[in-house]
Amino acid sequence: MPIVKIDGREIEVPAGITILQACEMAGVEIPRFCYHERLSIAGNCRMCLVEVKPGPPKPQASCAMPVADKQEIITKSEVVQKARRGVMEFLLINHPLDCPICDQGGECDLQDQAMGYGFDRSRYHENKRAVPDKELGPLVKTSMNRCIQCTRCVRFAAEVAGVEELGATGRGEGMEITTYVRHALTTELAGNLVDICPVGALTSKPYAYEARSWELRKTESIDVFDALGANIRVDARGGQVMRVLPRLNDDVNEEWLGDKSRHAIDGLRYQRLDRPYVRTKGKLVEATWDEAFAAITARLANVEGDKIAAIVGDQCDAESMLALKDLMTALGSPNIDCRQDGAKLEAGPRGSYLFNAGIRGIDQADAILLIGTNPRWESPVLNARLRKRYLSGRCAIASVGPAVDLTYPVERLGAGPATLRDLADGKLGFAEKLKAARNPLIIVGMGALARDDGAAVLALARSLAVVNDDWNGFAVLHTAAARVGGLDLGVVPGERGRDVAGILAGAQSKEIEVVYLLAADEFDTSKLGKAFVIYQGHHGDAGAHRADVILPGAAYAEKPGTYVNMEGRVQQGFRANFPPGDAREDWAILRALSERLGKTLPYDTLDQVRARLVAVNRTFAALEQQSPGAWGEFGTAGAMTDAPFVSPISNYYMTDPISRASKTMAECVASRQHLMAAE
Amino acid sequence: MASLDRTARSFLLSELVGGFLLTLKYMFKPKVTLNYPYEKGPLSPRFRGEHALRRYPNGEERCIACKLCEAICPAQAITIEAEPRDDGSRRTTRYDIDMTKCIYCGFCQEACPVDAIVEGPNFEFSTETREELMYNKSKLLANGDRWEGEIAANLRADAAYR
Repeated sequence: MPIVKIDGREIEVPAGITILQACEMAGVEIPRFCYHERLSIAGNCRMCLVEVKPGPPKPQASCAMPVADKQEIITKSEVVQKARRGVMEFLLINHPLDCPICDQGGECDLQDQAMGYGFDRSRYHENKRAVPDKELGPLVKTSMNRCIQCTRCVRFAAEVAGVEELGATGRGEGMEITTYVRHALTTELAGNLVDICPVGALTSKPYAYEARSWELRKTESIDVFDALGANIRVDARGGQVMRVLPRLNDDVNEEWLGDKSRHAIDGLRYQRLDRPYVRTKGKLVEATWDEAFAAITARLANVEGDKIAAIVGDQCDAESMLALKDLMTALGSPNIDCRQDGAKLEAGPRGSYLFNAGIRGIDQADAILLIGTNPRWESPVLNARLRKRYLSGRCAIASVGPAVDLTYPVERLGAGPATLRDLADGKLGFAEKLKAARNPLIIVGMGALARDDGAAVLALARSLAVVNDDWNGFAVLHTAAARVGGLDLGVVPGERGRDVAGILAGAQSKEIEVVYLLAADEFDTSKLGKAFVIYQGHHGDAGAHRADVILPGAAYAEKPGTYVNMEGRVQQGFRANFPPGDAREDWAILRALSERLGKTLPYDTLDQVRARLVAVNRTFAALEQQSPGAWGEFGTAGAMTDAPFVSPISNYYMTDPISRASKTMAECVASRQHLMAAE
Repeated sequence: MASLDRTARSFLLSELVGGFLLTLKYMFKPKVTLNYPYEKGPLSPRFRGEHALRRYPNGEERCIACKLCEAICPAQAITIEAEPRDDGSRRTTRYDIDMTKCIYCGFCQEACPVDAIVEGPNFEFSTETREELMYNKSKLLANGDRWEGEIAANLRADAAYR
């Protein structure tokens, strides 16, 4: 490994890295605009100049120069400072001085570095360059006068998002960043363009002029819009969530975030349930907590346990799921289910429902088979990871399921179970590749499992997976953030219990009299028959419309919660702000209700609930850790129908109560439809 | 001896006479008191009185909702909310100053990049109720319209020293 001397300090660094990376390892900060850890190197902003000896007698762009043994790198000399000041002056020739009205103000790389290297006045009297703004869709606002042509956005779109829609046209002063064809970006990762833009050229459209970075209360949380469990930072001001930004976590989301996770948060302002309601004479009437609890207690008074059922929603935290399960057990009901979509996953060996290889495992996979999934919509950040794997080469990717553009070439083997059977029998060419691969990854989506023959598909997928001591290639791609946590806690029907389909059938045949919905909206609520429906949740969506009693709960940003992502990583989010009106944290509502029902749950504080979580499943004691789940027998071999696998998500932008209430998401849908109509 | 001196002074009323003499002297000097509110003292162009939000000569409000005044205000007396106006420009939807919190330090006008918020020459804005001292945007803009002449003259007079 080469040994280099950085500012007089010797350090040994890995071979093949750049001087800039070596300086970072030595703890020396190098200013930069165009360099980004996760993008290819462009070397066009020239801000990262350093002196290199031996080498040319002029400062070198450190981001684009590899380190060599016995190199001496000087980052703080007068030559370097002067060169950087010169570069900054060039950058500022055409940059408008509109920091006061720029949304990037306060968190702008150019602003920060101009404090270090800027000149306090301009030596140019010519007019500044004017560039027309571009239309990049409903999420990204452009102000192209501010652009310094670092081309980070171009590289992000082409490399990470996989849509080659942005580019630089023209030369010299005429150079512009633009869409080649004038239309909105067709990526689900557009919001990340705003993050990577080092200046205010690309800013967030929904957040335009709403707040300044210094006014925001920053809270670390976990995303619930898909099952990836992306680490996020919720920025709130007053009682409102203003924006959501990704947090850096190389094991999960790197530093990306899907558009729904980032921009659906304006849905938290609309359609909220902010007080209890009780249905009287066919109409939902505002009530107090006391009246709502009294209505429930009265209805439950003479109902046997097995006539009560509960369905758990897709965005619930583990605490509330546990509280509901404990309450149902106390009431003597085995009818509880967290699989709204009817996925044929059991709470059996943990390996049967995890993304066992881990998100990081994708980087090691050398053959990937997608079964009944469209990762681009089910988890866009995971899809970007798959694309990254494709770009690094030597990885065969095939799909059995919907024909979709995943931004990387995928060999489509077929549409349904028949193809999967052929693959298992070795009749398809891809079977050879799977066999030859050291780390084959079988990704099974909900499109393959949430169907009547799901258990058979699961068994077949299991037979395809390679499991040994250092690789478990069986991976379930979940769509619901609460699913893995629910299965970990055993929120599935108990002995002689009913699953969601059974509950609905029972409700229609009057064998189920009371149904408790914990933020569950993603099933056909018209099938609830004449059952008495208690809805506890945060949005006035399908479940609330059908409800007889509504208990207002908290959305994910409004409660501290534990979530388990699809790879089995237990993560905790904190509360960013308080739920509106009379709404309360969900586990606390269940605790209060249990007392009124005379079945008091044995916990009073969040810490006690979390202790109970650990008591139920030891997994919850190990935060932020991932390992393949226990392996065992699962799935039931059986006949499969010929129906093709269909992704459960038909509209990426609207999949849950929050995104359905969001104006921004509605605009995204309209924009996408407009684009489709134009094509 | 000292006691004799003191006794003589008190019997001859010398302090009293001295006091009357001083009063008599000031009777013939020019008066320094003002007949407020009919007369007022001179004010520096830098005087920091009641706040005002200014407009451009074409009637467009100057404030661009950059929130620098809100950020710098040591008393946290300023509250601003902003959103894009119909024409896409950045404007405040709310600009409130709690005049009971304000300490009249003038940081807001120093921070303002467009000379929108200024502390004008008006110091006579006492009110009968506390609520009246919670200024909102329309009150501040009205102040600006009312005092624009004086404010502009003050800024011109002081510009050379900034």
